[in-house]
Amino acid sequence: MPEDAIVHGVEWTVKELFVYPNEFIYWSIQIVMYPYMTGLVAGAFVLSSLYHVFGQKDLKEIAQFSLVFSLALLPVAALPLLLHLQQPLRAMEPLMTPHFTSAIAAFGIVFTVYGLIVVSEIWFVYREYFVHELTVLRDTGGFWNALRRVVYKVLTFGAKDVSDSAIRVDHKAAKILAAVGIPVACFLHGYAGFIFGSVKANALWMSPLMPVIFIMSAVVSGIALCMLTYIVIMEFQAFRQRRKGGTAQAGETKGAEIDVISKATRYLLGFLVAAISLELLDLIFRGYTAMKSWDILRSVMYGKDFINIFVLQYTLGNLVPFVLLLLPGRTIKRIVVALLLVLFGVFMMRWNVVIGGQAFSLSFSGYMHYHIPIIPHSFETYKEGVFGALTVIATPFVLFWLINKFVPSLRRNIGKA
Amino acid sequence: MSCSRRNFLKDAAGAAFVSSLPLSAFVILTTEEAKAAVAAATVRWGYLVDTNKCTGCGMCVKACKNENEIPYDAPVTRTWVERYVVTKDGTTHIDSPDGGRDGFTSDKIRDEEVDPENIAKAFFVPKLCNQCDNPACVQVCPVGATYKTEDGVVLIDREWCIGCGYCIMACPYGVRFFHPDHKVADKCNFCYHRITKGMMPACVESCAFGARRLANLRDPDDPVTKIITTERVAVLKDEYGTKPHVFYLGLDNNVR
Repeated sequence: MPEDAIVHGVEWTVKELFVYPNEFIYWSIQIVMYPYMTGLVAGAFVLSSLYHVFGQKDLKEIAQFSLVFSLALLPVAALPLLLHLQQPLRAMEPLMTPHFTSAIAAFGIVFTVYGLIVVSEIWFVYREYFVHELTVLRDTGGFWNALRRVVYKVLTFGAKDVSDSAIRVDHKAAKILAAVGIPVACFLHGYAGFIFGSVKANALWMSPLMPVIFIMSAVVSGIALCMLTYIVIMEFQAFRQRRKGGTAQAGETKGAEIDVISKATRYLLGFLVAAISLELLDLIFRGYTAMKSWDILRSVMYGKDFINIFVLQYTLGNLVPFVLLLLPGRTIKRIVVALLLVLFGVFMMRWNVVIGGQAFSLSFSGYMHYHIPIIPHSFETYKEGVFGALTVIATPFVLFWLINKFVPSLRRNIGKA
Repeated sequence: MSCSRRNFLKDAAGAAFVSSLPLSAFVILTTEEAKAAVAAATVRWGYLVDTNKCTGCGMCVKACKNENEIPYDAPVTRTWVERYVVTKDGTTHIDSPDGGRDGFTSDKIRDEEVDPENIAKAFFVPKLCNQCDNPACVQVCPVGATYKTEDGVVLIDREWCIGCGYCIMACPYGVRFFHPDHKVADKCNFCYHRITKGMMPACVESCAFGARRLANLRDPDDPVTKIITTERVAVLKDEYGTKPHVFYLGLDNNVR
């Protein structure tokens, strides 16, 4: 077979017993990454809104950060979709000729609306800072400062009024946007759940609970990632300060950090309980009603994917971090371990939905096994393999580093909204 | 009426918005209305598979691959033949090596020997796109690249398909796949290029046993339509509500 006649999916699908000839694992690692990254975006935004809308003052530090971080995550929610398309150059077609009976058709619209909300909220929160920087940079020389000046000049959009009344309007606008953003963020992600939940041909996916399960686990993973990144950055700053000899300051940083983290942990646990309850409800319901598909589903869940579902997802990804976070005498180190496990657990949940949903044949008489390509030997095996997934994971951190250069989300004296 | 600058800008923006909307944006026809708008179609293609006649020779699969330029050795196919062997203990053995393209020349089913004395019944079942009346694949296509024609056949626009694979996931029959060369979704279309010119689909033409036949369900005098309307026929997986239009004679309940 010539190189261009490679059938999509053959590379990583192993069939067992009777599977229809055209069935392969068509949706692979990138479609696992898609709801995972979207979930992180939505969760990060919800965390920031807890402060902006509900006035949870002790979350202020992390709220500022998660808002900017959710912007860095945003493009990455669309990246896996682009990478998995067989015709990536036609990616804009859903916007040009949307076919609205399809759940995917609205993705571009929901995504754009959400992106605009995040960008404008950040603008309102940071406008005062942009104007301030512009004034500071006015009389400085050098290429870097000149560049910064131009960037800030553009970022202000000419709105340089920093009177009290103008700032009040900014704060109000940011608050309204944060409030509107919560349902939109939930919609963005619940809708990812709908894409799967509405596929009637797939016995594992089809469930009206799917969107809600997706939202809950999204918030869990979003909060966990924001907390984790926040801790890492704070520890790194404290470490740098210690090296400079500022032990007192380092201690102060640490104290503030524990408070924020304890508060965020409580929200994390709440959403985690909701997510697990819904997932178990779904599982129990399937077993109890025992429809035609239950035989094959049971053999997949309790047999082929037992390790993935019950050991890695529920035990290691949910139960263990749950206990770690609840036990008294929390330390930062233990929280970090718990957060890593939570992130892993949500990833396994996405994996078990997307890959698990394709682990059995539509004939209910056979199985398909997914062997993720590790060493790429073509563009397809790169983007649909481990390295493609790692690219997607790394991108938001690069973007955050870049955005943070101009919109510092970790300095305490700015962006008081 | 005074025309302040503010009012002028407001009205101008409104006018620009309204004129930018195409008139068609306001007319969304339901399928029924759309049908009524055009002349009542005189053709609705259907298909009849007589499983009693199928010998599993695989000529239909060969003909289909050649006619529709599906790479011959690629493990995807627009039509395929399944072999069912039900043993006396009630176990069903199913296989379809290479989609049944080269016939079923081995007694072994996936390397497993089945004792001929132990066989309760055995038969072949050809499969193809069911050209559903309520196609799940058309519903989920985000760009409308797959659509149902007036005469009931579901087609794919290769120039417009983005290759997201949602239609492949949505089809309960597993008839869709990515074309290895064109990198877009592909499936059986009853050889639309042939049937619209008065010819038979390649699989029908190549079946020496009359197991595969095309029908115009709107023509009461069509001999195949007569069989479908007067004899006891069944469809595959009707629980999905897709209203399939490939009818089977002698369908066994073991068929998946």
